[in-house]
Amino acid sequence: MKSVFSVYRYDPKVDQKPRYQEYEVDTEPTDKILDCLNKIRWEQDPTLAYRYSCAHGICGSDALMINGRIELACQKLVRDFKTGNNFVIEPLPLFDVVKDLIVDLEPFFEKHRRVQPYLIGGKNESDKEFMQSAENQEFVEPALRCILCASCTAACPINRARPNYLGPAALLRAFRYIFDSRDSITEERLKKMDNPDGVWGCKTMWWCTDVCPKEIPITRCLGQIKRAVKQKEEGS
Amino acid sequence: MKHQYDVIIVGAGLAGLRAAVEIGKDARAAVLTKVFATRSHSGAAQGGIGAALGNEEEDHWEWHMFDTVKGSDYLGDQDAIEILARDAPRAIYELENLGVPFNRTSEGKIAQRAFGGHTRKYGEAPVKRACYAATRTGRVILDTLWEQSLQREIEFFDEFQMLSLIVHKDQCCGVVAYELATGQLHTFHCKAVLLATGGAGKIYKTTSNAFASTGDGMAIAYRAGAPLEDMEFVQFHPTGIYKLGILISEAARGEGGILLNNDGERFMERYAPVIKDLAPRDMISRCMLEEMRAGRGIDGKDYFHLDLTHLGKDVIENKLAEITSFARTYAGVEPVKEPIPVQPTCHYMMGGIATDYEGRVIVDEKNTPFTGLYAAGECACVSVHGANRLGCNALLDTLVFGRRAGMQIKDFVQSVAQPGLPAKPEKDDAEMIRRLMKSKGKETSGAIRAELQECMMNNVSVFRQKRDLTAALDKIGQLKTRYQSLSIQDKGNCFNRDLLDAVELGHLLDLAEVITRGALYREESRGAHFREDFPERDDEKFLVHTMTRHDEAKGPQIFTRPVAVTKFEPKERKY
Repeated sequence: MKSVFSVYRYDPKVDQKPRYQEYEVDTEPTDKILDCLNKIRWEQDPTLAYRYSCAHGICGSDALMINGRIELACQKLVRDFKTGNNFVIEPLPLFDVVKDLIVDLEPFFEKHRRVQPYLIGGKNESDKEFMQSAENQEFVEPALRCILCASCTAACPINRARPNYLGPAALLRAFRYIFDSRDSITEERLKKMDNPDGVWGCKTMWWCTDVCPKEIPITRCLGQIKRAVKQKEEGS
Repeated sequence: MKHQYDVIIVGAGLAGLRAAVEIGKDARAAVLTKVFATRSHSGAAQGGIGAALGNEEEDHWEWHMFDTVKGSDYLGDQDAIEILARDAPRAIYELENLGVPFNRTSEGKIAQRAFGGHTRKYGEAPVKRACYAATRTGRVILDTLWEQSLQREIEFFDEFQMLSLIVHKDQCCGVVAYELATGQLHTFHCKAVLLATGGAGKIYKTTSNAFASTGDGMAIAYRAGAPLEDMEFVQFHPTGIYKLGILISEAARGEGGILLNNDGERFMERYAPVIKDLAPRDMISRCMLEEMRAGRGIDGKDYFHLDLTHLGKDVIENKLAEITSFARTYAGVEPVKEPIPVQPTCHYMMGGIATDYEGRVIVDEKNTPFTGLYAAGECACVSVHGANRLGCNALLDTLVFGRRAGMQIKDFVQSVAQPGLPAKPEKDDAEMIRRLMKSKGKETSGAIRAELQECMMNNVSVFRQKRDLTAALDKIGQLKTRYQSLSIQDKGNCFNRDLLDAVELGHLLDLAEVITRGALYREESRGAHFREDFPERDDEKFLVHTMTRHDEAKGPQIFTRPVAVTKFEPKERKY
C-alpha cells in the first residue's frame, strides 16, 4: 500500500525558510510511523534528520507532530490514522528547530533542572530501605511513567505565552518529589511552586494530558500540587 | 576542540551513571553519550533487579550466587559472582535511599517477585527475588541516577559519538568523539576512560535492543587492543513480540504467565518439570525452537502464545502495565482476554570487553590491566553471566560493577599525573570521515546492515553448526570488503545519521566476526551457545573463557583464560 509523507525539512544554517518534501512509501498497516521515516531515510533520502532510539515508546526520543497532533513516531502505526494514507510530519512546536524534525530541547531540560529533580531524603534510621507505604508509592506512580519526551510541554499553550513557565513536564517531576513521603523538603518545594511561573501557570487546559503518550493524568497531578500549596497557605 | 578531564565516561546508561555518581565531585568527570542521557537503553529494562532481600520470603545471597553460577552453565567466574550476589542487597538499599521508587509490600518494604532461574534452597522452587517498579524498573533507576548526576554537577556531552580511544605508550589517555549537532571532532584528554556503552543487539535482525545498541565500546576497545571475552554467548530472550522483537518481560511469567504451543499445551512442563515457565532464557528459547521443529508452533508458524488471561485485569494492568500497553499497541492484542504472540528475540551479550572485578580492562590470561581503561555493564565481561545471564542480573551487574569501577577510577586518577598525548590524536578519525564523505562507492550502510542481520539471524542464533558458521564467516568477510566501498549521501555536518550509520556498521561487522569465530571455536554446547554438531557440554576442553584479540593482518586471534571455580563444582544443569 502506498502512503504519501509530507515531511518538514529545514536546515537553519543553509535554508532561508522551511519547506515540505513529499515521499511515497510502501507501507503496511502495522508499520510504525518511525518505520516509515526509516524507509524514507534508508531507501530514498539519507539526509532526513530525526531522533529515535528504542523504537517502542520508552526512551522518549521521537515525539513529533503527525497530522497536526503530537505523537511518538514509534508508538503510532499507519493503521491508527484515518487520513487516506496521507501523512504530514513536523517537528515538535515550541522549540527551535536544529534540523528537519530535530528540535533543541535544552530549554526543556533547563526547566527540569530548576525543580531540584532528586530526593532530598530525611534521615533513614535503618540500614535498609526507607519505608514507604504502598499507597504513597502508588500516589506518585503516574509521574514515574514520564519518559521526558517533551510532548506535554510542547502542547501546552501557556508555555508559548509565558516562556518562563515551568510547564507540565517539569511540574510533573516536581509532583513526583513533593508527594514522595521520603523527601524532607516538601515545604520548600511547595513554596517554589507558588507563583505564576510555577504551578499557577497551569490554567487547566488539559492539552498536556491529552497528548501524553504514556497516558499520565498530568493535569490532575498538577491539581494535586495546587491543592497542597493552598492547604499549606491555609495552614500557616 | 580539546577538553581535559580526569575521567571520561562513555555511555549514560546505568553502569556509566552509577560510576559517575560514585566519582561525583572527587574528580573531574564528564559523560559522553551518543543519545541524550535519559534515552539510554537501560531505560528499556522492565522486570526487575535481583537481590536476596528476603522481603517476601526467605532468601540468601548464597542461593542467589548458586542460581547465577548454575544459570551461567558454570562459565561465570565464581569470585565475581560472589561479589555480585553478596553486594546486591546493599546496592538495592543504596538505590532506594537515592530515591528509586520501587513497588512496596503492605508493610512498606521493597516488593519482590519471581523471575526465571532464581530459586530457593539451590533449585527447589522459584523464589521472589526481583525488586521492581511495575515494568519500568530500568527507566526509574535511569531517571534517578541521571538526576543524581545533575545534583552532583557531572558534565554531560549529550549526542557525542565516540570514534576511537587514544592510546599512547600502552596507556589509554583519552577519547576522540564526533559531535552530532555540528560535525566537529573533539578530543577528550584524560587519565582514565570508562566504557559503559551497552550491548550490540543490532547485529541481529530480530532484537529487543534499541537502534543505538551497536556495540561501539566493544568494537572500539577491540580495535585498540583490548581482548573481547566469551562473545559467542548471545542471549535470545524467549518472549519478544512476534515479528517485532519488542520485549515482553519475564515478569509476565514471574507473575504467573505461561507459554502455550499450538496444541494449547504448557510445553515447558515437559522440559523443566520443577520451575517450568521460569526456566532460564537459553533453555526456554531452545525449547521453543524444538517445539517449532516438531510442528507445534502456533498454526505451524514460528511463534508461541504467552497466556496471561488467568492473571486477572488488576495484575495485568498494574504490575505488568508497560508490557500490556506494548501488546495492545504493537501486536493489537488485548492481554486480559487473549494470549500474546511471542518468539525469541536477541536481547543481551553475555560477552564483552574482558575486565577484572574492579572494572579494569585486562589484556591477557594473567589479568594484566590495560592502564587507564575500564569497562562496566553490558559492554564488559567480568564475567558474572558466563554462558547465560539470568533475568534481573543485568541491572544488578551495572550497579555493582559500575560502582566498583567508579571507586577504582577515583583511586587511580588521584595517584597518577595527566598522561602525555600523542600528536594529532584525531588524525585517523578525521581521515576516516573525509574518506567516507568523498567516497564514490556504490554501497550503502542500509543494504549491508540488512544482509548482516539476516545472515547472523539465520546462521549464528540459537542453534548453530559448523556448516552455517563457516558460511556466516564467508558472508561477513564479503560484507567487510563491500564496506570499503561505502559512500555517504548526506554531505552535511548537522545530525548526519548517514555517516553515523556507517560508523556503527563498522562496529557491527567487527563484532559479528568475533561472535562467529568464537562460536566456531567452541565445539561444545553450553548456556546460550548450542552446537547441533556438539550437543554436549565439554568441561574438559571448554570450561574456559574464549578471548579474542584483534590482529589487523591475521584476523581475530583466539586464546583462553581459566574460569574461577570457588564454591560450586560444575554439575549437569537441570531445572
